[in-house]
Order: sequence, then structure tokens, then C-alpha cells
Amino acid sequence: MNLDVLYREVVMEHHRCPQGRTPLLRIDAHADGQNPVCGDQVSIGLQLDGDRIEHVSVNGHGCAISTASGSILAEMLEGLSLHQARHLADQLVALMHGKELDEEIDLGDLDALAGVRQFPARIKCALLPWMTMIQALDSGRIP
Amino acid sequence: MSIYALGEALGQPRAPRPGEVADLFPTLGREVNGRPLVYLDTAATSQKPAAVIDAEARFYRQHNAAVHRGVHTLGTEATLAYEDARADVARWLGAAAPEAVVFTRNATSALNMAARGWEHRLRPGDEIVVTEMEHHANLVPWMMLAKRRQLNLKVIPCDNSGYLELDRLPTLMNSRTRLVALAHVSNVLGTINPVADIAARARRLGALVVVDAAQSVGHMPVDIDAIGADLLVFSAHKTYGPTGLGALIGRPSVLEKLEPMEGGGEMIGHVDFHEVTWAAVPYRFEAGTANVAAAASFPEAIDLLESMGADEIRAHEIDLVDFAWSQLSALGGLHLLGPAEADERGGLISFHDPRVHPHDLATLLDQQGVAVRAGHHCAQPLHRKLGLAATTRASFGVYTTRDDVHALVDGIRFARRYFS
Repeated sequence: MNLDVLYREVVMEHHRCPQGRTPLLRIDAHADGQNPVCGDQVSIGLQLDGDRIEHVSVNGHGCAISTASGSILAEMLEGLSLHQARHLADQLVALMHGKELDEEIDLGDLDALAGVRQFPARIKCALLPWMTMIQALDSGRIP
Repeated sequence: MSIYALGEALGQPRAPRPGEVADLFPTLGREVNGRPLVYLDTAATSQKPAAVIDAEARFYRQHNAAVHRGVHTLGTEATLAYEDARADVARWLGAAAPEAVVFTRNATSALNMAARGWEHRLRPGDEIVVTEMEHHANLVPWMMLAKRRQLNLKVIPCDNSGYLELDRLPTLMNSRTRLVALAHVSNVLGTINPVADIAARARRLGALVVVDAAQSVGHMPVDIDAIGADLLVFSAHKTYGPTGLGALIGRPSVLEKLEPMEGGGEMIGHVDFHEVTWAAVPYRFEAGTANVAAAASFPEAIDLLESMGADEIRAHEIDLVDFAWSQLSALGGLHLLGPAEADERGGLISFHDPRVHPHDLATLLDQQGVAVRAGHHCAQPLHRKLGLAATTRASFGVYTTRDDVHALVDGIRFARRYFS
């Protein structure tokens, strides 16, 4: 199997310079997630304006895949509605499990994570920040 | 005279030697990602020799029956095979008698059995002592017990070199100490703990000593009396035997005081709707149909290990650890965990590379055919103390060679180039 399928250049760039490391002015929703198998940890904070995500903070430590996935999350969620954010997470899950995707969806840099599917042990790494974000939406005082 | 020594005298092939037995293990002949498999995850589970695999299949093909029930021939054969395995384990690890060996699913279930079984002897305020380097299997059952019985859990810390801080023992172990549970060999640091010394102190206090020998049995000489354990557990699958089999080995007087955790068939003496009496030890701890096929195959693993000799296996692993430690150190920039002295540690090395996360390193090594473990190795509290979320672990066995260590080192070099 070709390693470059897993570690695409886009993924490595996000890993080297992860987005979402700036502290938020206000945290409206928050969750901590961890992968009990490998010890990866991520903390997601969301700054909201009504139904819209203004800013995202992603902190923690993890492998290149989970770090890159968290960075992509921080970049892509800004400006999305809560519904759109959930939908994007659903699409990533579908991508990881080889299910059909919504034809309308623009996956952006998330598309670079498609290769993770070929490394089943690493799928949890890619999903960790996104599942944590969903937890944040489910737990916070969200409208 | 062993069968191999006899064979050698008759001009047969000589006894197998550690480091020269990979051919006996079918999986080690396969390729992974186009490369010959280099298996460095024996601490998680060992590979199985063909003799064990064949014996398990032979049991199902020729003798399969429930044990201790059937009057028929197959039932008798199965019972003999099961009880022969018990006797083999008892002799191998120095148990007082075959009846001092309780077969379990694995080391974890044996530890849970010990915790449940001793519960009735503990009172609120009693103290249990564990170490900071315990595997979750030898930590969580005691935490659960402490919660149920309102006991206090005391932890012997370890220093930066991976040794237990023994000068803390006088305060941690005292008249309130009722039970001490510790690993013989740490599955992360590799440290060989001074179990006999700690057990002697516990004995003076009247505390029970439970030893998790999952990482020492099969790797070095282990004798339950010599290390002073009241109860000792291990898993067959980590000692070249089948999965689904472990043992709780005890001093007979202790096993007599242990309450059975599971009720069911075969563990009873007399049953009516008001009263139940227990079967004798060890049968009262073996409710339901056991993994007979696994037990029937395990003596093949013991045979192989005894034909090599525990001292020779230990010497082989010391040599590998010494070699691997120097090779990994020479790479530079790696943080190697645990004692630097090879003869004070078991056959494994965990390390951290600040440049490549363990999970990525394990994937990159796997692409080179090298199987290692990445993560917290079921020891989260220890990793928290070390300030590391995860480490990479290479662990060795009787089939491991210096070439395997070379493959690991080359793989790490490759990973660093890839991530640079």
C-alpha cells in the first residue's frame, strides 16, 4: 500500500501548521474527546453567533492524521450553520466507511483524508476531532 | 534427560535454541505489505508454534468432549488432556500441586477472580497497595473492589529511571495494608520489580500478595514460591500458547479462602433450592465449560520453552534488549523508557520520538513489515506521570533476532525521513 495515499501533502501541511490554535474570545460550546486506544486527546471549542459558527479552537495532541483532521475542521467550520457542521461530520463518516456521499457536498481539504479508509486502524484518528465537535454541539447551551 | 537431549545423543537434530526457532512459528513465514514480517509485539500476544496450533486442531478432530462429565471415552480423553495441562503448568511454575492451578480465560479474568474472591475478607478502611506502573488489568479490578468495600488504594511511585521508589514502602505499607498487587515485569517500562522483597514485607504485615506475571512467564524463570506470591496470574497467549486460556495459581491455603466469583455447572458440591456447597479447589472456580482445546494444546508451548531452557531464553532476551538499547540510542533523539541495565529489565523497550507520533510511526513501520505496539499499552496513569500520551513499544520473544532489531532501526530511520 502506498503511504502517500494516507499522508497526502495536504494532510502533512495541516499536520505541520495546524489551524484553530488561537484562543477564542468566548466559548459557547465545548467538548473534550479522546481515543482510548492510542491516548490521542482533542479539545474543541466553538464560538457561535446564533445558529452560525464564528470561530473554532482545536487543541490537544495526537498523530498526524488526527492533528490534520482537527486543523481541517477548524478551517472548514467557520461560517457554517450548526446543521451544515453536523452534515459535514456525517459526510466524513460516510467517506471513512465507503458509503455514498451527498453529491452536493464540497469536501474541501477533507477529501485528502479519503486514503485513511485503506488503513482501518487509523479511521478513529481522522474521526476524533469531528466526533468531539458533535459532542460539543450536543452538550452546550446551543440554540 | 529431555527428549531433545536424548534425540541429540542419538544423532537427531539438537534442541531448539532461542533466536533460532522462527521456523517453528507459521505466521513468521508470511509477508506483510510485501516485506517479511518482523513481529515485535510479543508483549501483546506471542505468535504460536505449529505444535500448539496442531494440538488444538487435533483435540477438536479426535478427542472433543466436555470435561469431568462424560463417562464415555472421548469425555475421559478430554478430561485427561485438561488435567495433564493443569499438572504441566503446576510443575512448570512451581505450584504446590496441580490443584493449585485454576484455569481462567486470561490473566485479566484471573485478577478479577482474585479481587472478587478476597473481597469478603476486607473491611472499610483497609488498604490495598499497587504500583504506579500497573497494567489496567492489575489496577482497575482493585479500584472497583476499593469502591465496593470503601478501601483505600495506595500507589508505590516509580522514579524517572523506571524503578519503584522502595524508600516509600515503610509509609505506604503498614498495619492497615491487607493486599499488595504488583507486576513482576512492567509491560511499558520493562522493569523487573523486586517482588520477593516486597512480598516478604507484605507477609510480615499479614497482607496478601498478588503478582501479575503476564510479562515474565515464558521469558525468564518464574517460581511462585521463590517470588513469594500468594496468588500469581499469567496468560497462555503471551507465552506461545493459545488465546482464551490463563491461570490463577495460588498457595493452597489461600485458594481455600477465596470465594468463587461465578456460579454454575461443575463448580458445585451439592445443590438444592435453599443451599449450595462448593466443589473442591480448583473446580469451584471453573464454572461452566472451559476452553478445553486451548488447555489441551498449551503443554506443547511449555514443552518448547522447557526444551530451550528458561535461563537460555532469559539470556537471549537480555542480549536482544542490550543490543536494541544501544542501536536505538545511537539513532539519537529517542527517549527510551525504563532501566538502562539490560539485566534489570524484561524483553521489551518502549520509546518516544518527538519527531514522529507513535501512531504514525507504527503505521510507517507496518509498511516495512515491522509490527510494533503504539499507544498507552493499557497503562494510562503511568503515561500521564511520564508526561507522554503514547509511546511505541518493541517487544521480543524466543523467535526474535538481532536482524529484527535492525529492521526496527531501519524502519525508524525511514519514518523520520518521511516525516522530515
